[in-house]
Amino acid sequence: MAESIFWFIAAFTVISAAFVVLNNQLIYSAVALLFTLFGVAGLYVFLWADFIAGVQLLVYIGGILVLIIFGIMLTNRISSVRLSQTNVQQGVGGAVAIWLFILILMVVSKTPWNQMDTIEPASTVGDIGTLLLTKYLLPFEAISLLLLGALIGAAVLSREEN
Amino acid sequence: MDQLNNYLFIAAILFSLGVFGVMTRRNGIAVLMGVELILNAANINFIAFSRFGGMNLDGHIFGLIIIVLAAAEAAVALAIVINIYNNMNTINVDEASALKE
Repeated sequence: MAESIFWFIAAFTVISAAFVVLNNQLIYSAVALLFTLFGVAGLYVFLWADFIAGVQLLVYIGGILVLIIFGIMLTNRISSVRLSQTNVQQGVGGAVAIWLFILILMVVSKTPWNQMDTIEPASTVGDIGTLLLTKYLLPFEAISLLLLGALIGAAVLSREEN
Repeated sequence: MDQLNNYLFIAAILFSLGVFGVMTRRNGIAVLMGVELILNAANINFIAFSRFGGMNLDGHIFGLIIIVLAAAEAAVALAIVINIYNNMNTINVDEASALKE
C-alpha cells in the first residue's frame, strides 16, 4: 500500500514538473508548480522529514508560489499577442538536460551507497530545534540576516520612484 | 520507497527538467520556476541522504537553509523582474539584454 502511494506521488511530482517546463501558458505552469511542490512535500513525508514537509508547504506553496503568481499577474499583458514561450535553444537545451540526466543516473547507479538501517523517529522537530540553537547557531543567524537583507532589498527595488 | 536510489532518481529527473526550463524559457518568471525545480531536487537529495545515512538531522538543517535561500531569491528576483518590466516593457530574458537604456 505505502509502496504504491510512493510511486503515485513520485509519478505525480515528475509529470507536473514536466508540465511546468513544457507548458506554453505561464499561469498553467505556476499551477503545475503547485502540484510539484506538493509532491515533493509528500516525498519528504516518506523520508521521515515531517518538519521539512511542513516548511515546504508553508514557505514554498504559501510564500514563493504566491510571489510567483503575483509576478505573473503584474507583468503579463492580457491583450498582447501571445508569443512562443520558448527560445530557439530548445534542441541544445534538451540535449544538455538529457546529457546531465544520464550523467547523474550513471553516478547514482554505479556508486555503492551505504544504507544504514534506522528506526523511524517519532518527530524530528525537537532535534532540529536543538541543532539550530547549538551546532548550527551561526548558520541560523547568518541565514536570518540574509533573509532580512533580501526582503528589505526587494522592498526597496520594487518601490515606486518619486 | 525504502531505497535511496529511487529518491536520487526522482531528484535527477527534477533537476534535468529544471535545467531544461532555465535554458529554454524566454520569460523571466518561467526561468525562476526552473530554478525552483533545481533547488527542490537538491533538497530531496539532502533529505534522502539524511534519512538513509542513519537519520542524521544535519541534512534537514541544510534543507531548511535551502528553502530560506529560495525564498530570499524569489523575493529579490521578482522585484528585479517587475523593475525590468517597468523599464523595458518586457520580461523576456533574451529581449531585455541591454545593460542601460
